[in-house]
Amino acid sequence: MSVIESSGLGKRYGHNWALRGCTLAIPRRHVVALVGPNGAGKTTLLNLTVGLAAATEGIVTVLDGQSAGSPTALDGIAFVAQDTPLYKNLSGADMLHMSRNLNRRFDDTYARTRLRELDIPLERKAGAMSGGQQAQLALTLALARHPELLVLDEPMAMLDPLARHDFMATVMTAIADSGVSVLLSSHVLAELERVADYLVLLSDGSVQVSGEVDELLACHRVLTGPSANAGVYARQLNVVSARSGEAQAHLLVRTDGVNAPVPYGWEAHPVSLEELTLAYMRDPAAAALPGPQRAAVAQPVVARH
Amino acid sequence: MTVDKGISEPSSAIEFRLDPTSGVPTHLQLVHQVEHAMRLGYLKLGDQLPKVRDVVASLAINPNTVLKAYRELEIKGLAAGRPGQGTFIQTTLSQATFPELTRLRRLLLDWLTIADAAGLDEDGIDALFTSTIRTFRGLRDDARVTARETEGIA
Repeated sequence: MSVIESSGLGKRYGHNWALRGCTLAIPRRHVVALVGPNGAGKTTLLNLTVGLAAATEGIVTVLDGQSAGSPTALDGIAFVAQDTPLYKNLSGADMLHMSRNLNRRFDDTYARTRLRELDIPLERKAGAMSGGQQAQLALTLALARHPELLVLDEPMAMLDPLARHDFMATVMTAIADSGVSVLLSSHVLAELERVADYLVLLSDGSVQVSGEVDELLACHRVLTGPSANAGVYARQLNVVSARSGEAQAHLLVRTDGVNAPVPYGWEAHPVSLEELTLAYMRDPAAAALPGPQRAAVAQPVVARH
Repeated sequence: MTVDKGISEPSSAIEFRLDPTSGVPTHLQLVHQVEHAMRLGYLKLGDQLPKVRDVVASLAINPNTVLKAYRELEIKGLAAGRPGQGTFIQTTLSQATFPELTRLRRLLLDWLTIADAAGLDEDGIDALFTSTIRTFRGLRDDARVTARETEGIA
């Protein structure tokens, strides 16, 4: 029961590979955070998933094996692109009218009720609405199709904190109501910490980390202790990243669920999603857990001293 | 189809809030708040916990996080789910009795005297306490996991 599955997926623009060797198997009913530095291939992966771009190599399927971009796949997916594009000269009512007529499945009652609750004036042109209202309008039009997968590309980049909160609340409520799977890209890690339960971290066009957030967090921890014996200690461990002062050192280590006893003078702390993500982003050579793609290409974890 | 009614009349005894700086996982924050509210008498036997959908709409968090918190409360025996209705408080949280608390306070005072004699100031004591409590939590959680695994095997 996968919402997205890909194997050896790659996309080349001219001479540059935007994405390569991307193998994923994401289960349904998750909120998947797609993170990575700019240019890592996030938007490319989203576009391939929703069928807006064709793969150069490899395959990607959605919603239990439907080929991406096929009519059945399109029926089940709603996509809100970057900066929530709308027709700026159309009013909210016109946008509703158009969406109703362009989609096979469109719940007009849901959309109108939702927009009324959000106090979005239907007679106003989309271009004259606030950023938050535009985002909510685009999101409501997407949700009114009752998708099985909702894909959001940097949905909150332009929103103020209150609008972000309200936007995310709408998405989360839709999950509570219908169990829709959500894939969203963002580089604001803090806003994903509360919502994401599955992480895909792209780096330089390939998948560096992918897995359930709880499992990832359970398999990593931060060890804090004296720098003097950090080097010796680190050699026995899978160190993802090490930060060290003259006296005290922090090691973010991958434990793979085996919590070896902490040596005298050292302390173990749980790791936050943001900390974990940043550590891997800083060190693109460090590979995380053996996900579906890792069995074949497991890379050694790089330890730094 | 269910429709969000926004903020209407309070439907539950408590409202959750989140502290993004605490570093405590979200589902545990919810668990702690329920326990706290039970100790302080805001939540009584038979009271209904906020509906998952309402928590999700007001805090903008993943519904699974709320479900996880409620499951944790059920495992602890504090709450019980009723199919189609929601999750309800199932017990009362008894605090330690007054004489017990007095005894514990006296032990702590003795310990503080020792720490003071060793040259620790208040911040030092605080740091040591926080760090030790974390160790204690780790040990306790490990013990629980082991206990659960043992149960699973049995």
